[in-house]
Amino acid sequence: MNHEYIYKRFLARLASLLHYTGGVVVLFLEAVFWAFIPPYRKRQIIEQMYKVGVNSLPIVLLTSLFTGMVLALQSAYQMQRISAQMYIASLVALSMMRELGPVLTALVVAGRVGAAITAELGTMKVTEQIDALETLATNPVKYLVVPRFAALVIMLPLLTVYAVFIGIIGGYIVGVFKLHIGSSMYINMTTNPLGIKDLYTGLLKSVVFAIIIAIVSCYDGFRTSGGAEGVGRSTTHSVVTSFILIIAADCLFTALFYFIGR
Amino acid sequence: MIDAINLCKTFSGKQVLKGLNLMIDTGITQVIIGRSGCGKSVFLKHIIGIVRPDSGQVIIDGKDITKMTSKELNKLRLSFGMLFQAAALFDSLTVAENVGFNLIEHTDLDKITIYKRVKEALSLVGLYGAEDLMPSELSGGMQKRVGLARAICIRPKIILYDEPTTGVDPIMADAINDLIRMLHDRLEVTSVVVTHDMVSAYKIASDIAMLYDGRIIQRGSPEEIKNTNDPIVKQFISGASKGPITDGQHSDHKI
Repeated sequence: MNHEYIYKRFLARLASLLHYTGGVVVLFLEAVFWAFIPPYRKRQIIEQMYKVGVNSLPIVLLTSLFTGMVLALQSAYQMQRISAQMYIASLVALSMMRELGPVLTALVVAGRVGAAITAELGTMKVTEQIDALETLATNPVKYLVVPRFAALVIMLPLLTVYAVFIGIIGGYIVGVFKLHIGSSMYINMTTNPLGIKDLYTGLLKSVVFAIIIAIVSCYDGFRTSGGAEGVGRSTTHSVVTSFILIIAADCLFTALFYFIGR
Repeated sequence: MIDAINLCKTFSGKQVLKGLNLMIDTGITQVIIGRSGCGKSVFLKHIIGIVRPDSGQVIIDGKDITKMTSKELNKLRLSFGMLFQAAALFDSLTVAENVGFNLIEHTDLDKITIYKRVKEALSLVGLYGAEDLMPSELSGGMQKRVGLARAICIRPKIILYDEPTTGVDPIMADAINDLIRMLHDRLEVTSVVVTHDMVSAYKIASDIAMLYDGRIIQRGSPEEIKNTNDPIVKQFISGASKGPITDGQHSDHKI
């Protein structure tokens, strides 16, 4: 009896997971499809770009500055033991560019922007504004999802570039002023190991993260039900799901690039 | 003409519509009454195609909308206006942008013409000078009027009202009833009104249908409904807490 209950619950969970995954994939395809159908709603895209990008810049910069500084300080412990302080610069530059820049920026934006998108669309859903859009012969995916999707895909890589740059400056501050590595030496050791590949793997990752944040937060907003409590539930779900998918996708991509790069 | 044939719809295991049949003639004001949660709003959403039935058809002027593609459906929706229960105004847009939404999105009219049409729609519902306000700055009654202005701005042939008098004070409710009648007379539209407010129903209806247990159990003129012998309809229109509708239910369900 008990086994049967567990089995049934497992099946129900599996069904809802498949349903969710299917829904997210369909929404992604719809968003891509509608993104190429005119009219392009430039005003809304720019408005969203401002909300997603410009408004997120301070917190993204703050996070990456401290991350760069902490990274330099922490690695100094080990590097000093083997008298290899000058490699701190390379370590900070590479890890900011390939990993921490894209991932931290995506996590900050998922928390800040993804949550806001889900809460906004969720409220629109429970107050029947999404239904109203449909009765006004307007496709909600085209009108609501596409501008947010486009804004995130454009702005997240740009934010990532800023984050990487400021992270490296954080490392520079600690390296030069605290660890007394020569300034030109630090800059040399930062730029030397960086290849064009490091840049585009980081940017490619951030495009994928942007897609994850946009689609998950819009999908969770659209399937909200149950008033204010439902909006809260959806928002939590959207942030948690985005976080997990970002980390999982990062792991997958890092492994992929590692094997391709060999 | 709107013709619903054998509509069935189930939501998460609960069958809301169980073979609903209703034919609504062009140009009348059809009121649908029934308890909260009995599927009235769901039926309304079937008419405009936001909800698709599990089985059955909705035929509007000879075309089955349940088989339409979304493109055809959107074209048809331009001849519809719908007033939602809580108005469902877009809260990121101003009153004028809300009212003119359809014209801005789906017509090539220039800004001046759109503005004129918006003002005209707003004055029809008795609102002047509210164009640049945001929905959050309006009272509930005003929001409903703006919702109504948005519904009529495209000059629809069919207007759907989802509980137009719920949540507003009795005086505003009567004003909205007058508006519905006035719009019906002036714009010569077919109106479908879902409500559980009997005062409103008697005032505006050409025909009343009662939805109960997923089906239409009785329909007739306001006079016929007033003098009905059907015990279920009788209990509903008199608002009695004891009767066939509530028999066998737990007391907490009656509230």
